[in-house]
Amino acid sequence: MTATVTTPATRRPSRVLGRKAVVPWLFLAPGLLLALVFKFWPMAKGVWLSFFDVRPFLGDQWIGLDNYARVLTDHRFQDAIGHTLILGMGQSLGAILLGFVLALLLEGQARSLKIIRTAVFLPAVTATAVVGELWRLLYYPTSDGLLNGGLHLLGLGPVQFLDNPGIALYSTMAMGIWIWAPYNMVIILAGLAGVDRSLYEAAAMDGVSLWQRLRYVTLPAIRPALGIVLTLAAIRGLRVFTEVYVLTGGGPAGSTEVWMTRAYTLGFTRNDIGGASAASVVLLCVTLLLTVTVNYFRRRGDVR
Amino acid sequence: MSAPVIDPVRPTAPGSPARPGARPRRTTPARFDTALGWSDRPGPAWTFRILLCLIALGVFAAPFLTILSGAFTTNAGGSSLSFLPHDSTLLNFKVAGERGIWDYFTNSLVIAGGGLLLQLVVCTLAAYALARHRFRGQALVLTLFMLTMMLPEEVIAIPLSLVLGDVPVVHLDLKGTVWGVILPLGAWGFSVMMLTEFMRDVPDEIEEAARLDGVGELRMLWQIVLPLCGPALGVAGVLGFIMIWDQYLLPLIASKDPTDYTVTVALSILRTDPEVGSGVVLAGAVIALLPSLIVYLLLQRSLVTGIAAGATKG
Repeated sequence: MTATVTTPATRRPSRVLGRKAVVPWLFLAPGLLLALVFKFWPMAKGVWLSFFDVRPFLGDQWIGLDNYARVLTDHRFQDAIGHTLILGMGQSLGAILLGFVLALLLEGQARSLKIIRTAVFLPAVTATAVVGELWRLLYYPTSDGLLNGGLHLLGLGPVQFLDNPGIALYSTMAMGIWIWAPYNMVIILAGLAGVDRSLYEAAAMDGVSLWQRLRYVTLPAIRPALGIVLTLAAIRGLRVFTEVYVLTGGGPAGSTEVWMTRAYTLGFTRNDIGGASAASVVLLCVTLLLTVTVNYFRRRGDVR
Repeated sequence: MSAPVIDPVRPTAPGSPARPGARPRRTTPARFDTALGWSDRPGPAWTFRILLCLIALGVFAAPFLTILSGAFTTNAGGSSLSFLPHDSTLLNFKVAGERGIWDYFTNSLVIAGGGLLLQLVVCTLAAYALARHRFRGQALVLTLFMLTMMLPEEVIAIPLSLVLGDVPVVHLDLKGTVWGVILPLGAWGFSVMMLTEFMRDVPDEIEEAARLDGVGELRMLWQIVLPLCGPALGVAGVLGFIMIWDQYLLPLIASKDPTDYTVTVALSILRTDPEVGSGVVLAGAVIALLPSLIVYLLLQRSLVTGIAAGATKG
């Protein structure tokens, strides 16, 4: 796009060169335009609005950092930070651990294993909204619900998975682990496939135990894959929205409210665009910081 | 992609201690093929593995049977669900149809089809420029596309909804149209990155030969580069489709009223409708589930390879 503006000046020396310089920009134009209008412009606008008291029809009023102060001191947002951290970390670590176990279990070339892997991967390709409906039914609170039915057989009373404020967050976490464990499994399996088989052989000759083999051969070898999985999971955990919104809507009594559902409520149902923008900018900064930090450490790790 | 289901495109990921020349020597016995040294001969470990596999299937796949059985059960009242339907019926689908589920489904199909087409075209064009041309500001453009991956819809949802209501410069109101969902999905950093990687691998000699024959830029992309990037296009297509079908927040904020919803968002309407039972919601869930399921089962090979390749390349 910008090249078209500069071509008139450079056209005289060589027409061909000018045309050649324009070509890549013609190919990039649609993508850059869409990214500009629907990603970067909204981002800039969000940052801009976060400094304003946004009042439709009355005109926006500059209030500096007031929105940030308000959001960060609001106790519901403070609670939401805690929930986001618990949910994000629990979900990430749980999904990685379970993904690792699944990968170890389902590693191999046999056809039956491939079929099982295909079936186990289903949660990762299913739309989050569908998963939410499914889990809502699994969590059905009476003793004839699916999970409670199982607990009933064990002689345990019906658990109010989603209606008990003390449990709801962990119920949401379980669903998150269920969604993301198969996804992590695939990445870790790719890591496992890269492990040099002769190392296993050598380890067996040295007579090490299975545990030692896992600890000293497998884990170091798949460390890059684990690093990526962890980064992706952490970023996903911070911006978790749909899972919570579909399953609990932030309830009961705000016990599953996370940063993004809080921002959404503020922006769309309470029409506090300025406050919601400030909350989004805070999240954006944390996400970018996290990405940059992790990338820095990963690059340092790779060089070493 | 003819590679086995889970086989990373580049097995020697950075940092992995694989020594060149050690792997092709395929003399190692089967028990060194897996980290845990699973044996495929019957025995205690074998039985244990089968048991664990069954548990994994039960946890991750069996719940989908609940959706199916509930959808075909008369009056599955939210409770009393099982893995097999007691009395099969199509009534739930009929009721869901009366609640407009097929209209929502059509919305979804239009958005998924249009969005994917736009995404593939836009990302292919951008990737071609990035991979086969050298120009000033290339690194910056690459960074910009990478940034789009770090800007999740959730974070820009509120300003994006304002932008959709009044697009800068042209002042169009995209809310309530399918364009409100399709256009923001056009530039997807992941596809651009992945296609760029693939297109870089097309040998320069092929391009030079084509240039000598007077092949123009568009024909170069369409007839020379693209046919060599079939697998990458497949991956971009499957992942893109599943990503678009999974969209929740974007269709929600881009809609003017509930009739604009996609089928995934519309499930919440069915659920909050006091006159319909869980069976109808599950019928809706089956309808919302099927397209991505079909795409996955047909093309799961390239999908899984794509996730693995994207991850190991970082």
